[in-house]
Amino acid sequence: MDFSQIFMVMAATIAMTFFLGRFRALKLGQAAGGRKSLNSLPAYYGSLMAMWCGIPCFILLALWMAFDDVIISQAIMQELPQAVLALPDSERGLIFNMISNIAENGARAGAEPYMVTAAERLQSLRETSQLILIACLASLFLIIMVVIWARMSAQTRARVQVENGFKWLLLICASIAIFTTAGIVFSVLFESIRFFQSVPITEFLFGMEWSPQMAIRSDQVGGSGAFGAVPLFAGTLLISLIAMIIAVPAGLMAAIYLSEYARPAVRSTVKPLLEVLAGIPTVVYGFFAALTVAPFIRDTGGLIGLSVSSESALAAGLVMGIMIIPFVSSLSDDVINAVPQSLRDGAYGLGATRSETIKQVVIPAALPGIVGGILLAVSRAIGETMIVVMAAGLAANLTANPLDSVTTVTVQIVTLLVGDQEFNSPKTLSAFALGLMLFTITLVLNYIALLVVKKYREQYE
Amino acid sequence: MTNSNQTLSTAEKVNQSLQKRYRAEKRFRAYGISAIAFGLLCLVVLFTDIISKGHSAFLQTYIKLEITFDPVEMGLDDPTDARQLAMADFDSLIRNALKEQFPEASDRRDRRALYAVVSNGAAFKLREQLKADPELLNQTVPVWMLADDDIDTYVKNREDAQGETFAGRISEKQMGWVNTLIENDQVESRFNTTFFTSGDSREPEQAGILGALMGSLLTLLVTILLSFPIGVAAAVYLEEYAPQNKFTDFIEVNINNLAAVPSIIFGLLGLAIFIGFFEMQRSLPLVGGLVLTLMTLPTIIISSRAAIKAVPPSVRDAALGLGASKMQMVLHHVLPLAMPGMLTGAIIGFAQALGETAPLLMIGMVAFVVDVPGAITDPATALPVQIFLWSDSPERAFVERTSAAIMVLLAFLISMNTLAIWLRRRLERRW
Amino acid sequence: MQAVNTPIQENEKLNANTNEAERKPSGAEQMNDSAAKVGKTVGKPFAKHPKMTMRNVDVFYGDKQAIHDVSLDIGKNEVVAMIGPSGCGKSTFLRCLNRMNDTIEICKVSGEIKLEELDVYHPKQDVVPLRARVGIVFQKPNPFPKSIYDNVAYGPRIHGLVERKTDLDEIVENSLRRASLWEEVKDRLHAPGTGLSGGQQQRLCIARTIAVSPEVILMDEPCSALDPIATAKIEELITELSEKFTIAIVTHSMQQAARVSHRTAYFHMGKLVEVNDTKRVFTNPEHELTEAYITGRFG
Repeated sequence: MDFSQIFMVMAATIAMTFFLGRFRALKLGQAAGGRKSLNSLPAYYGSLMAMWCGIPCFILLALWMAFDDVIISQAIMQELPQAVLALPDSERGLIFNMISNIAENGARAGAEPYMVTAAERLQSLRETSQLILIACLASLFLIIMVVIWARMSAQTRARVQVENGFKWLLLICASIAIFTTAGIVFSVLFESIRFFQSVPITEFLFGMEWSPQMAIRSDQVGGSGAFGAVPLFAGTLLISLIAMIIAVPAGLMAAIYLSEYARPAVRSTVKPLLEVLAGIPTVVYGFFAALTVAPFIRDTGGLIGLSVSSESALAAGLVMGIMIIPFVSSLSDDVINAVPQSLRDGAYGLGATRSETIKQVVIPAALPGIVGGILLAVSRAIGETMIVVMAAGLAANLTANPLDSVTTVTVQIVTLLVGDQEFNSPKTLSAFALGLMLFTITLVLNYIALLVVKKYREQYE
Repeated sequence: MTNSNQTLSTAEKVNQSLQKRYRAEKRFRAYGISAIAFGLLCLVVLFTDIISKGHSAFLQTYIKLEITFDPVEMGLDDPTDARQLAMADFDSLIRNALKEQFPEASDRRDRRALYAVVSNGAAFKLREQLKADPELLNQTVPVWMLADDDIDTYVKNREDAQGETFAGRISEKQMGWVNTLIENDQVESRFNTTFFTSGDSREPEQAGILGALMGSLLTLLVTILLSFPIGVAAAVYLEEYAPQNKFTDFIEVNINNLAAVPSIIFGLLGLAIFIGFFEMQRSLPLVGGLVLTLMTLPTIIISSRAAIKAVPPSVRDAALGLGASKMQMVLHHVLPLAMPGMLTGAIIGFAQALGETAPLLMIGMVAFVVDVPGAITDPATALPVQIFLWSDSPERAFVERTSAAIMVLLAFLISMNTLAIWLRRRLERRW
Repeated sequence: MQAVNTPIQENEKLNANTNEAERKPSGAEQMNDSAAKVGKTVGKPFAKHPKMTMRNVDVFYGDKQAIHDVSLDIGKNEVVAMIGPSGCGKSTFLRCLNRMNDTIEICKVSGEIKLEELDVYHPKQDVVPLRARVGIVFQKPNPFPKSIYDNVAYGPRIHGLVERKTDLDEIVENSLRRASLWEEVKDRLHAPGTGLSGGQQQRLCIARTIAVSPEVILMDEPCSALDPIATAKIEELITELSEKFTIAIVTHSMQQAARVSHRTAYFHMGKLVEVNDTKRVFTNPEHELTEAYITGRFG
């Protein structure tokens, strides 16, 4: 029996207590002279019972799951031979992994006798732990059930209690957003701090060379590769810039045309079609960029005598721009529609043409909103991963030439972290430092953008 | 007099510049139209490109060979014995059949090229066939076998638009043999069932998307089961319960920011928390589902809140006025009425999750997984990740399979979005 | 009518010496000219057999005071109409009586509101049983988007008033009959309630409210969204219902107040200006503001 089975059995048992509580309430109601004399509907008594039986049992189970492995492995470690105990932490961890492997899959060749003994001990400890857990859960459950059974009366304010429980449940669900943010901050921050212990933060932020793979040449900075992130930032900026050069005019003009010129019929067909572009997964854009656009640009460049890298920043930026068009256009559409008709009427009343009204009245009025939308689009471009992973290069060139190959922050994160890797090498940790940079930058951009857009909205509400 | 003079001159001035202004107006309109045209053109080019690259993957070339189930050659005497069956050498049967048909291939290099015409997975098919029908032993029967991917590519592209011969990666000799086979009606293109019924493989002709598709569906299942209830609960809290205070504001700020955090960051979170801290295994749909849950939650919360907001307050008043408690009001009235809107938003969120790749790379769902996963705790990959992996493969035959996988993925996404639109049109109530 | 009038006449003695000592000076009295004229409530705000008693009620929306020191009784089986210009706080006051204002976070109520012996605003008082005893009908008909049957059955269901389906059927039928809707809808009980006409919808809402058998029914301008014929029907209904229920009705139609109510309370800028027998209010008002209002000088 493993935890998931225990969990299932427990969930089923607790579901049963609902009927038990309901039954008890009906009996109490009969005794007190009809159901109307109950404080709440019988179903609330059932829910109350299930709630009070369920919460403590699930907490116990969760705590057990969290700590039993730690405690058991401590116990096993202490029984290992002296020679093993003297080993450094990482090797001891490996040995423990072997032991638990033996315990799960049987002895393999190359297993030392002490490992087999320890594995047997581990197995038996795990079994005992489970038995104790089951016993604890069962007795906890029974005690609570009996107590609630005994204390339940027709006057019990079951509904109020259940409603409070419900409210807490909702609050916890809403707080997950906070936990997620905290989780992101802590996971990238801790690993980044560890990274900055081996590579100084100034070198990371201002270093001009990025080559985490090369760990051979000892004369290199840090001895284990160079971790200067400037080429990555530059590459990210270059590709994002190309994307914005495509997306901003196209998205903005499309939004203007659709909201100010297009007939409703055109608007209602073209708008969803453009939004299809936003629904296409980025991996598809990546494929398109790498296999169609990049060769096309390279060949075209070749025809007019330019040497274009087959992983040019232009290809990745161009496709990313296409992806962002609907994003810019729908955000601009929203802000343009929020400009009050009275402003337009003022301009039309003076005899301005449509384009003059748009250029001189609508756009200036909508400008803060549009800028906010563009900032959000920039943060999208900076954080975009798959297109650049598939279409941009790996080499960290510091260049402003869009026909060259550059790499980006996200590409490096993926490259450094895909596949098996040791958790402690600066190479792996540097990915988290890049993640921290990415998170911070996008967070700041989003925050400013949302603030700008919100201010803008309030202005016209 | 002066007055009318002035009016006249103003009108004249206006008329003078009028043409210029109308030209500017036309230009401006043209910019708008060309922006839209550019966007639509990109859409068309993208779809045409994918379909033209991928449609051929739905067909697969098969080669018919006369196979003699020779017990000596196979080293097997009892076809009902599972152990013998597993050890038997079915490859030699294929080799013999090929040798027989093309005796001219005599030296070792030619032989190897000849044997490479048939997929190296064909032997498994023979084994299955013999297992199903032990009577076949010692008989000679025609068997349709998978062609190798290079042969498949050649057969499909033999005559391209310019009428030139396409050779691809196969040699002159192989080309000759294949042409002979074609002339003898020993080559056939059939619907590529393998593509839909098997997992990943190093050999393009044996590779399918079923494993990745199952991985995606299992991941999505976890995401749906977690993010929808949690998202709805959070939205209900924020719309119906939350007091106006700093804490509520803080929750809202967090949700809005998370909605715009790059997806790869969620991958880092999953790697550090679920795999690093909780020591879960890599490559599991369970972990993928958890990460995608955290990623889609903000979207679902935001759209659910909009749906709840759209429920008119009069319904709430009516319920409360009758003495319904807040929970009853929410569960009996607000949620049922907001459900279509919430579902629409959620489906769009799930479609996003289905197409998401980057966070899954982080938690190791890029492993080469041959087996089709059956549970959320089996190692798996996902459809978008499979597309990423295949697009990296050098074999030309993988290009068409990648495109075909993209077509399948897009089909799923389009049907999900259509469902969402249908739901919105069909069920959304106008107040 | 006789039966109702007697206690009210007896109330006159009671109301003659409105206890001035209890009154708090209210700070917003100098808000404007007419507000300054309000002074203390004139007439007879108290009943001999009160069902609900309100004493010195103040209501605040954030910093803004919406109700100033209102004291009023609603007698058993009495229909009390509350009239006054828009924004005078009559609806706010009505919604305090079953704590519907709880849904507005910034709304704070002080003073004493009692339903017989029950302290409505006691911190430990649960609003659910309170609202089962004090029902409310809103300005705009707001049937649930469910069947007619489910609309009426909803209250009894959530309050656990019935154990058998047949009992529920009975309650639904009786409530619809009392709301004089039964004949019109008996053949389509499972059709959606939102498909009815406006007047029918409002009667459905009344049926829904009386299905819970409340003691008091609050009505917040129940006819303002209806045409004259539907209005006449509802008014007739109110008169019938007053035999069994205590009713407080807010209305902006003085004719309506005159037709259905026993006593009328006139509100002005959050203050209760005058309470008197309806006949008296409309023939010979005591307060000059009341007179100004009923003669149409403002409102």
